[in-house]
Amino acid sequence: MEDRFVYADNAATTPIDPRVLEKMMPFLTTEYGNASTLYSLGHSSHDAMEEARKEVALLMNADPGEIYFTGCGSESDNMALRGWMHSKQNKGKKHLITTCIEHHAILHTAQALEKEGFEVTYLPVDKHGMVELEVLEKAIRPDTAMVSVMFANNEIGTVNPIAEIGKLCREKGIIFHTDAVQAYGHVPVDVKAMNIDILSISGHKINAPKGVGAIYIRKGILLNQLITGGGQEKGRRAGTENIASIVGLGEAARIKRETMEEETAYLRKLSRKLIDGVTKFPQTILTGHPTERLPGTCSFCINAIEGESLVLMLDFNGICASTGSACSTGSLDPSHVLLGIGLTHEIAHGSLRLTLGMQNTEEDVDYILERLEQVVKTLRAMSPIWHE
Amino acid sequence: MNYSKKVMDHFAHPRNVGDMPDANAVGTVGNQKCGDIMKMMMKIENDIIVDCKFQTFGCGAAVATSSMATELVKGKTVQEALQLSNKAVMEALDGLPPVKVHCSVLAEEAIRAALVDYYKRQGIDPEPIVGCSGECSECHHDHGHGEEEEE
Ligand SMILES: Cc1ncc(COP(=O)(O)O)c(C=O)c1O
Ligand SMILES: [Zn+2]
Repeated sequence: MEDRFVYADNAATTPIDPRVLEKMMPFLTTEYGNASTLYSLGHSSHDAMEEARKEVALLMNADPGEIYFTGCGSESDNMALRGWMHSKQNKGKKHLITTCIEHHAILHTAQALEKEGFEVTYLPVDKHGMVELEVLEKAIRPDTAMVSVMFANNEIGTVNPIAEIGKLCREKGIIFHTDAVQAYGHVPVDVKAMNIDILSISGHKINAPKGVGAIYIRKGILLNQLITGGGQEKGRRAGTENIASIVGLGEAARIKRETMEEETAYLRKLSRKLIDGVTKFPQTILTGHPTERLPGTCSFCINAIEGESLVLMLDFNGICASTGSACSTGSLDPSHVLLGIGLTHEIAHGSLRLTLGMQNTEEDVDYILERLEQVVKTLRAMSPIWHE
Repeated sequence: MNYSKKVMDHFAHPRNVGDMPDANAVGTVGNQKCGDIMKMMMKIENDIIVDCKFQTFGCGAAVATSSMATELVKGKTVQEALQLSNKAVMEALDGLPPVKVHCSVLAEEAIRAALVDYYKRQGIDPEPIVGCSGECSECHHDHGHGEEEEE
C-alpha cells in the first residue's frame, strides 16, 4: 500500500473532535468572562460550565452536583487518594488497597502516602491483568480506609469487574475509588449501579483537550482539599475555571453519550481485524484479557524484537504506536503492567501497543498489518535470538 | 527523549548487519540491565579485522552503537580494536541520551568478547592481552547506568 499517516496511539491521547473545538471557540475568544463575576459577561461562562457539568454527570449516571472539574486525570487521582487518606472522615484509618498495574498517577501517589506513614497493599492481578475479588477481599483489614482499582488499564486495555468490586466495598463500608481515565466514554460507566464513591476522568482521552479533568465525589463524602485558594468548585478545588476546556469536556461527554454504542461496535470490529492479523505472526501473543478489554486497545508481545526499535521503525512508516519495553521506559525495567501480568523481561521486551480511535479506518488496519509485518521481518533478520 | 541525526541514520540504515557463518571471532553479550543482546562477528587475517558484522536484539541506541562500532573496527588491527571505548562510539554518533549510555557499553563489550574468542581459537590465553573478558559479573558494576554520565 502507499505510504500514509496512521495515528494508532489513542490511549496516549486523542485529537480534539471538531465539534468540541467549535463549542470551545467562543470561550477562547469573545466569552472570556470569569465565571465567578456578577456582571453578565461572566454569566455565559458560568452557564456553559454548568451545562458541561450536567453532560459529564449524565455519562456516568451521577448528579451534576457530584462533579468537580480539575486540571487533569492525574490531579483527580491525587485528589482522591490524598484527599481521602488525609481526611477526617476516614477516622485515622491508615490502610490503602490498590493494584500493581495502576497508572503512575495512582502508584506514585500511593508511594508518597507510604512515605508519610500510610500502609499500602498493591494487589496482584491475574495473567490477563484482572483483579480477583477473593484476593481483594483477603487484603481488606479493619483499618482499610480506601480501595482504588482502575476501571480499565491503559497499557493492555483489560476492564476490571468494577461493579463486583464496588458492591464488595459498599458492603464492607470502605470508600471505593476508580481511575476511569481510559474507560469513561469508551465503555459504560454507572457510578450508582456500580457503587463507585469517587471516580477520575480526563478530557484528552475522549477527544476533548489536554489539561482538563474531572472527579466524581459521591454526595456526603468530604475530601481534604488538594489545591487551596478561592472558593471555586464549591470550595473543593481552587483556581479560576478553565472554561473553554471544561466546555470541551462537556461536549465530548455529550458526543460520547450519543455515539458510544456505535463507536464500540466499530472499534471492536477494527480491533478484531488487527488482533487477528497480528497474532498470526509467528511467536506473537495478545496481552490483556481476550474479551474484557477496551474496544480500541490492541496490545501484543512480539518475540525476539525490542519494542522501542519497533516503534521507531513504525514511525518511519507513518504509524504512531507505543511500547512498554525496558529500553523505552528509561528505567531499565519493562513496564510494571507487563511484569504485573507475569510476563518475563524477555517477552516484555517485545511489547507493542496499538490503540485505535474513530479516525482510523479498515484501510489503516490493512496498512498497519502490511507495514508491521515488514518491520517485524527486518528486525528479526537483525536479531541474534530469532529462530523460526 | 531524542536521538541525534547520526543515531537515527545508523538505526534506520544499519551498516554491516547480518550473519557471518565463516567468522573466526564471535562474541555475544547481553545487557543484564535492560535485556538487549548483541552479537559481533569478525573475520581476522594477520591480526587485521578485514570484516565485521553484527546482530542486535535491542533498542535504537543498541542498534546504532553496534552499527557504528563495526565501522570503527573494520580495517583496524586487533590491538587497535581493543582500545575502542563506548565513549568513542558515542562520540562518533554525536552523543546518546543519558538513559541510553548503558546500551553503548554493550558494543564495547561485544567487540571485546569477539576478540577474546579470537585469541582462544588461536590457543592464546586472552587474559594478559584483553584483561577482563567482559564475561565476569564484576565487569558490569562499574560501567554505570547512564544517568550519572554525560551525553
Ligand atoms: C489510567 C490513566 N490514569 C491517569 C492518567 C493521567 O491523565 P492525565 O494525562 O490527564 O493527567 C492516564 C493517562 O495519561 C491514564 O491512562
Ligand atoms: Zn537498550
